[in-house]
Amino acid sequence: MGIAALVGTPIKRREDPRLITGQATYVDDIKLPGMLYMAVLRSPYGHARIRSINTEAAKQAPGVVAVYTAQDLKGVVGNIPVAAPLPPHITNGMGRRGPLAEGKVRFYGDPVAVVIAESRYGARDALDLIEVDYEPLPAVVDPEKAAQPDAPLLYEEFGTNVAASVRPPTDEIDRVFAETQANGGIVVKQRMVNQRLAPSPMETRGVVAEFRKADRTLTIWSSSQIPHLLRNYLAEQLGLPQHQVRVIVPEVGGGFGCKLNIYPEEALAAFAAMKTGHPVKWIEDRSENLAVTIHGRDQINYVEVAATREGKITGLKVHVVSDLGAYLQFFTDVIAIAFTLPMICGCYDIPVAYGSCDIVFTNKAPTDAYRGAGRPEAAYIAERAVDLVAHALGKDPAEVRMINFVKPEQFPHKMATGTVYDSGNYQLALEKAMQLIGYQQLRAEQAQKRAQGKLMGIGISSYVEICGIGPKGLTPFGLYESARVRVDQSGDVLIYTGASPHGQGEETTFAQIAADEFGIPIERVLVLHGDTDSTPEGRGTYGSRTTAVGGTAVYNAVQKLKEKMKQIAAHMLEASPADVTLEDGKFSVAGAPQKAVTFAEVAAAANFSNTLPPGIEPGLETTVFFEPEACTFPFGTHICVVEIDKDTGEVHLRRYVAVDDCGRQLNPLLVAGQIHGGIVQGVGQALFEGVVYDENGQLLTSTFMDYAMPLASELPPFELDHTVTPTPYNPLGVKGVGEAGTIAATPAVAGAVADALGLPHVDIPFTPERIWRIIQQQQAQPQA
Amino acid sequence: MIPATFEYHPASSVDEAIALLSQYGDDAKLLAGGHSLIPTMKLRLAQPAHLIDIGRIPGLSYIREEGNVVAVGALTTYATIERSEVLRRHFALLPECASVIGDPQVRNRGTIGGSISHADPSADMPGAVRALKAEIRVRGPNGERTVAADDFFLGTFTTALEPGEMVTEIRFPLPPARTGSAYTKLANKASHYAVAGCAAVVTLGADGACTAASVVITGAGTMPTRASAVEAALVGKQLNEATVAEAASHAAEGLELMEDIHGSKQYRAQMAAVMARRAILKAAERARG
Repeated sequence: MGIAALVGTPIKRREDPRLITGQATYVDDIKLPGMLYMAVLRSPYGHARIRSINTEAAKQAPGVVAVYTAQDLKGVVGNIPVAAPLPPHITNGMGRRGPLAEGKVRFYGDPVAVVIAESRYGARDALDLIEVDYEPLPAVVDPEKAAQPDAPLLYEEFGTNVAASVRPPTDEIDRVFAETQANGGIVVKQRMVNQRLAPSPMETRGVVAEFRKADRTLTIWSSSQIPHLLRNYLAEQLGLPQHQVRVIVPEVGGGFGCKLNIYPEEALAAFAAMKTGHPVKWIEDRSENLAVTIHGRDQINYVEVAATREGKITGLKVHVVSDLGAYLQFFTDVIAIAFTLPMICGCYDIPVAYGSCDIVFTNKAPTDAYRGAGRPEAAYIAERAVDLVAHALGKDPAEVRMINFVKPEQFPHKMATGTVYDSGNYQLALEKAMQLIGYQQLRAEQAQKRAQGKLMGIGISSYVEICGIGPKGLTPFGLYESARVRVDQSGDVLIYTGASPHGQGEETTFAQIAADEFGIPIERVLVLHGDTDSTPEGRGTYGSRTTAVGGTAVYNAVQKLKEKMKQIAAHMLEASPADVTLEDGKFSVAGAPQKAVTFAEVAAAANFSNTLPPGIEPGLETTVFFEPEACTFPFGTHICVVEIDKDTGEVHLRRYVAVDDCGRQLNPLLVAGQIHGGIVQGVGQALFEGVVYDENGQLLTSTFMDYAMPLASELPPFELDHTVTPTPYNPLGVKGVGEAGTIAATPAVAGAVADALGLPHVDIPFTPERIWRIIQQQQAQPQA
Repeated sequence: MIPATFEYHPASSVDEAIALLSQYGDDAKLLAGGHSLIPTMKLRLAQPAHLIDIGRIPGLSYIREEGNVVAVGALTTYATIERSEVLRRHFALLPECASVIGDPQVRNRGTIGGSISHADPSADMPGAVRALKAEIRVRGPNGERTVAADDFFLGTFTTALEPGEMVTEIRFPLPPARTGSAYTKLANKASHYAVAGCAAVVTLGADGACTAASVVITGAGTMPTRASAVEAALVGKQLNEATVAEAASHAAEGLELMEDIHGSKQYRAQMAAVMARRAILKAAERARG
């Protein structure tokens, strides 16, 4: 490694000046000559049969160029891509859909028709002229009711709404529970609802499609996290060769997983552009975003945990009911099975763990990956389970955590779930967080407040999550990442990453890596991304993977170029390559520092073949693909303090301390930014957010007047600290931090509120009325 | 979230606005700050064919002391009300109410006249105007008239404004000595409108007993509603935790309660009492100086 001048330094994000001065280009800023606008007619019903669609009046409306329904797409546009279809039913087509609903609509907002018009307003107005004759059908919005035999069916031909079930034998866990109880231990049971959330990025989705008929090339500008996957799947959907499709992802105003998808509107805009010969733009409005862009979470968890009287957990049994919504998006079917079940043990060395799962269709928007994607649910299960044990035994939740942690010397550690954790020091993070917040003093204060009849609670979340995906075999396609690094003739460095950062700051951190390794100023490094024509094949940004996987690809590419530059420098210095070192932007001969050539001189030499050593190709450019051998497991402890207004049920978050370990930190400022944003989203789930449908499948939270986003004014300052436990699975030692705050925060707040109320568990979100009702009950029936 | 087609008419005077209103009748809507109307138009819940923009009419934004009255122009923004020293001196409740409406952007655009004309049952300002027993000056094709705030609000989104009329001024009578006022609300966590709010004004006698009380509940019911039972229970009492709590427990009497995902009827009724207790205690404290 070179001298660490930049890596580890809290330098400001290089991408911010353009973002905060209005000079960034988002999809809606793309304006092409002759561009048409698309508007989407959506189902007003949760479940209905389409008897007929009459588009004649809409087609006659001023400025309308075309109106399309599912009939027009038949045999031309394929189904919405699904990454990993599960047997038995999904592999047979259950939950699959084309871009427009055919025969039936299955959720509020289901796309039924599109209008293509000369203006956005004209397209919208013409929607009102399309006549759809619907026959409303009974809807089912509760996944447990949907799993019942008499439930209304979304896909009649399958005779059930349950797409798949995972039900391993229970013999071992039953034995553990029986033994624990026989030995005087406890088994605690709790049903927990992990409610449905709307990811709500600041920039909604949007797409511009342009088709050049002469050479049959399609260019798509999309607000996406996955340019290459989008290109590949969209090409397949449209029957085009991949090389005739180019995807450009301009600036993206937040994704949080919801843009890790190929949506109907991308194929629809492309189809319209191919049919009309005009570029076509579609920009999602906020109500559409809340209704039809994927939702997150929506699991019901049945948790049973066994422990000795001393607080040692002996077994954990979890059944997950995962609400898929009405259709499958990219990872919809595998979130619970691939990301929740493997992580249910959290950071606890539980000898026997059992996980089962039903994944169920309902008349709601599809669910998919939302910041954390199945892991927040797992962390919530594990943290609530430990708190349940502490509550049942009357022990301090910190103590129960200490008793059960996997110990530092046990890593790498295979959990009872089969998941192998790379490295960790869970106790250290908890101790540091307790010290930072003044845990013992807070407990004393809490006792005093309780005596005065006041409700104060302290919540602990010692989370662990899975990052840096992914090793081979996790999905049907490899989840590697790529980097093309070029040193140009002047000694400037261009990095083309296949990852697609969209706010995380890799234009800064990747440049830090390269600048340090080359020993040159960061100003000489430029990071480019988001265009499938210029970047090497990549897998995109999600799952807190970009630095661990994409950053390593950059690091490895830089190493390759360094080696080549050393050979060229050695030739120039008439020395052996083995004796040449690179430091501070200079190649010099060991033991003779006066014999040196600069980085720029070597770069120039590399581009003039007559100065190259024999057998060395001219040019300094290389493309590297990196696929990690295993995942990384960031962890930490968050502790928060809440106070509850007994009169109104309002929860006031008073303090929040976060100690996170994401391995080595490339840029502490960016790490802090990720933690801050993550905490807010996790607190949002605990205190404010929740997508609500009525029993007919009508969406009751279709605007921000009803869907409550967290506000800065409702949050305390966050007090951050960290520990550093590098991962052995990449040369940078980085683990990932994009989702950590979100995963940690929800159980921390949940623990604090249950603690304040003296209850084992209270379901999130802690809306004032829900808490007020609990307080009313408690006052009506004073505890013995 | 694209509104239906409408014709835009910038009015340069009150007379012009009234003439336009008379011309287009039910097809027209007045646009002031636009922070209630534009969202409903974007959702196509409102589809006025004609939008008459009164926001550019000069001379309708002011806060003036006129003898025993403080006159507030209809186009005065919440932000201006929030920062007004005159209002702060006489009616603490008004700046306090303005300061909890929406966010800074909303407060910079939204107007007091717009809010009371729109008469959203969950809005904050109608309750404050009613509690302070303001007089509302309106102008229409038949000239000018004054409506007492108590007679102005008729129901959900319904006021005493006749076709062609617009609010031009809200007149607040100066309170007697030893009067205090306050506004409290439990905000809907999404919209930050009131799930339940209370605007309270109390006057204390030399002996500290309450001589007059004006208490209005917002948010919980279908319109800003005077809590007469609370007022009756306060007058003549020394205002302390116990007497105020007892009086406030009557806050939901006479309310036609609303219900949605942010609060059941039962919860709103209880919160009306909680907000009333808190607002009255605060107002009493202010009355004592």
